[in-house]
Amino acid sequence: MTARSIRTVAPVAALVLGAAACANPSGGTDGQGAGATAVVGIAYEPDTLSPLLGYGKDGNSKIFDGLLAHDADLKLRPALAAELPEVSADGLTYTYKLRQGVKFSDGEPFDADDVVFTYRTILDEKTNNPSRTELDALKDVSKGGDDTVVFTLKYPYAPFAQRTVLPIAPEHVAGRQDVNTGEFTTKPIGTGPYVLTGWSKGEKLSFKANPAYWGGEPQVKKFTMAIIKDDDVRATRLRAGDLDGAILPPNLAEGFAKDSGRKTHKATTYDYRTVTLPTHNEVAGDTAIRRALDIAVDRQVMVDSILNGAGKPAYGPVPTGSEWFAAGTERRHDLAGAQKILDEAGWKPGKDGIRAKDGVRAAFPLWYLTGDKLRQDHALAYASDARKAGIDITTQAGTWEVIEPRMEHDAVLAGGGAPGDPDFDQYLLLKSALAGDGFNNMGWYDNPAVDKALETGRTSGDKATRLEAYRTVQRELVKNPGYTFLTHIDHVYVLADKWDGLSTQIEPHDHGLASGPWWNVEKWTPKDSGK
Amino acid sequence: MTGRRALFAVPVLGVVTFGVFAVAAASPFDPVKAYTGTAGLTASQENLDQIRANLGVDQPLVTRWWDWLTGALRGDLGDSAVMRMPVADVIGERLGWSVLLAVTAFAVAVLLGTALGVLAARRRGGLLDRCACSAAYTLEAAPAFWLGLLAIWFFALQLGVLPAGGLTDTASDTVTFDQVARHLVLPAAVLGVSQTPWFFLYTRQGVGDALDEDAVRGARARGLAERTVLTGHALRAGMLPMLTLIGSRVPELITGALLVETVFSWPGIAAATVQAATAVDFPLLAALTVLATAAVLLGNLLSDLLYGLADPRVGFDG
Repeated sequence: MTARSIRTVAPVAALVLGAAACANPSGGTDGQGAGATAVVGIAYEPDTLSPLLGYGKDGNSKIFDGLLAHDADLKLRPALAAELPEVSADGLTYTYKLRQGVKFSDGEPFDADDVVFTYRTILDEKTNNPSRTELDALKDVSKGGDDTVVFTLKYPYAPFAQRTVLPIAPEHVAGRQDVNTGEFTTKPIGTGPYVLTGWSKGEKLSFKANPAYWGGEPQVKKFTMAIIKDDDVRATRLRAGDLDGAILPPNLAEGFAKDSGRKTHKATTYDYRTVTLPTHNEVAGDTAIRRALDIAVDRQVMVDSILNGAGKPAYGPVPTGSEWFAAGTERRHDLAGAQKILDEAGWKPGKDGIRAKDGVRAAFPLWYLTGDKLRQDHALAYASDARKAGIDITTQAGTWEVIEPRMEHDAVLAGGGAPGDPDFDQYLLLKSALAGDGFNNMGWYDNPAVDKALETGRTSGDKATRLEAYRTVQRELVKNPGYTFLTHIDHVYVLADKWDGLSTQIEPHDHGLASGPWWNVEKWTPKDSGK
Repeated sequence: MTGRRALFAVPVLGVVTFGVFAVAAASPFDPVKAYTGTAGLTASQENLDQIRANLGVDQPLVTRWWDWLTGALRGDLGDSAVMRMPVADVIGERLGWSVLLAVTAFAVAVLLGTALGVLAARRRGGLLDRCACSAAYTLEAAPAFWLGLLAIWFFALQLGVLPAGGLTDTASDTVTFDQVARHLVLPAAVLGVSQTPWFFLYTRQGVGDALDEDAVRGARARGLAERTVLTGHALRAGMLPMLTLIGSRVPELITGALLVETVFSWPGIAAATVQAATAVDFPLLAALTVLATAAVLLGNLLSDLLYGLADPRVGFDG
């Protein structure tokens, strides 16, 4: 570099500024009045926007549609399919009739080939889709004519229709590029109510209404999701008027409670916090210890103090409000009862108040994810409750890299929760065959009665049989709890009161893009009154 | 000198990239876990193993590094796993915004630091000098991200005059000059101000010393105007240490930008660096390290060249 070229630095800087001005010339559509645009702050950013890599697999992806979709109560309704699927008597064949006249946002028509392409690509092992296991039951997809798609299963899988909410990708675009790194992963094209206009990673996703949407053009014309990981920054930007709405932890949301222009929405969830009690740990693996811990913890106090009331006590993966919940399996806080169980099992208190049996001290470590305040609070409360019963639990923070190798012997404060079907959570969490398989069955739970009920629950097509099977699982969890379930956490959102038609969906553990009152933003209508 | 330096840069860059691969491989982070995110928590082991093979992260360290290096020499920087797109695209999309932020901040720091330094040196021990010095020491100790949060609180929340973050207004997806200019003010000012103390203190010292030198005293005695003495003599001599500083501040500027970009959601390259590091995204991480190393080497070269320009006594091959 010569001295002369140094002088070009200034013009280069000017050039960068100039280029900035014309980097994104599209758009220029300003919102037509209040309510036609919505800006929300979220804490989570998707890794990809390609359904082939797992985006929107649980439905409701705004850019795309699945064959089916969920309503607010997670009941299935047809989307790209014209009606709910026909299921063969043996439960092995699902036939979908497709909706006619649907077009992708680039104007190309949607047909059966796109469905076959999407599912086959996901099943291909060269595709880096970490959720492929969810389609494990699927043997093949084929075209039964232009408007019919037939799914063939390896084994009868009752909740299979729930899996067909996953978004359909256009073969004419996604089929022509590298599925893992092609342009489609960041510039998706779908049939959904919104079209992506920009994705500035780490900053925001911008959408505009799809005028040709088969369900009718949405009234909120522009929709922006700002990605703001820090809770406090999100709250301040909401207060500053930069955002119309945001997801907030309960304590920050309280600051907006008296604000007349904003409303707080609480979404009930399947999002649980639980403590794994690994079978291979000689203390945590003991049924008496597990049962004692199960009633020694005061779940209601955790809900009140840790969650500011935004949540419910949890007794299993199924929330108490669900139709799949087995009434009567609630456990009351009962410290005396816990001590009695331990006394009878031979765990006698030592000098320091900690119990011991045959020279084994009633003590084990409990890990939680570093930096996760909510999990830390749960872990500390759990340890303090256990101590009152004479069990010494040491809480330790670590990243998943540190925790994973220890999961077989140490307890972990885990979280999870997938609504839709009771099979989704419980099979992965409790099936003995999946012990130690990645993060599945972290506690190495092994109970033949539960294994059997789980199989019945997933294969039977009969709702009553399934209900009974999952009730059995929950009753078994009372007798031998491999986990201490603590709470189900409500997700709290604060949103400007500018629209009609808002509601919340039952939400999963993941804070996906689709969660929040904006799960149905395409149905919102601006309020006439006010500004 | 330039040619020699460039030649020297090649082995340095080679060693640095290998170092990055080695450190990343030794880190406890798992690239597959980073790639799969929360979905990985319910994925089967078989599924995860397949993705590991697809991403090529099951290869030994040296193989991976060699593949990357030979690819890079052919102009193929590889694909970023964490961004799900070619590395060249990631850099192309983001580098401009980082350069814009860094250059503006640097200009702020140099101009502000020099101006204040000269003024303070003129009357050492005066009110301005004392105020500026204590402010400089305080700022030296203040982390850039803290300054950023403070600036957001004051200018965006209390006064409501400047946007709190992002490249453009959140509701807008058109990138226009005046929007970017408005959004640039706070991050550039914060980054610039956080760098100012060094320039200020060096200038103050340099100009102060120069004012005491015989040549300057002579100039004063000859009755030259105070301005001419300051700018023509003292500043020129006093700038010397600061020019060295310009180059050596580059690494600091890069780390400062890293935090400032995060606080202000600025879509630059620094934020991508953090992600690449924690996700053990080898191709992206290596490319970004090469960029940062090149920036540091260039910074040093630049300060040496400037030094030579400012003071003819310094030979270019000295």
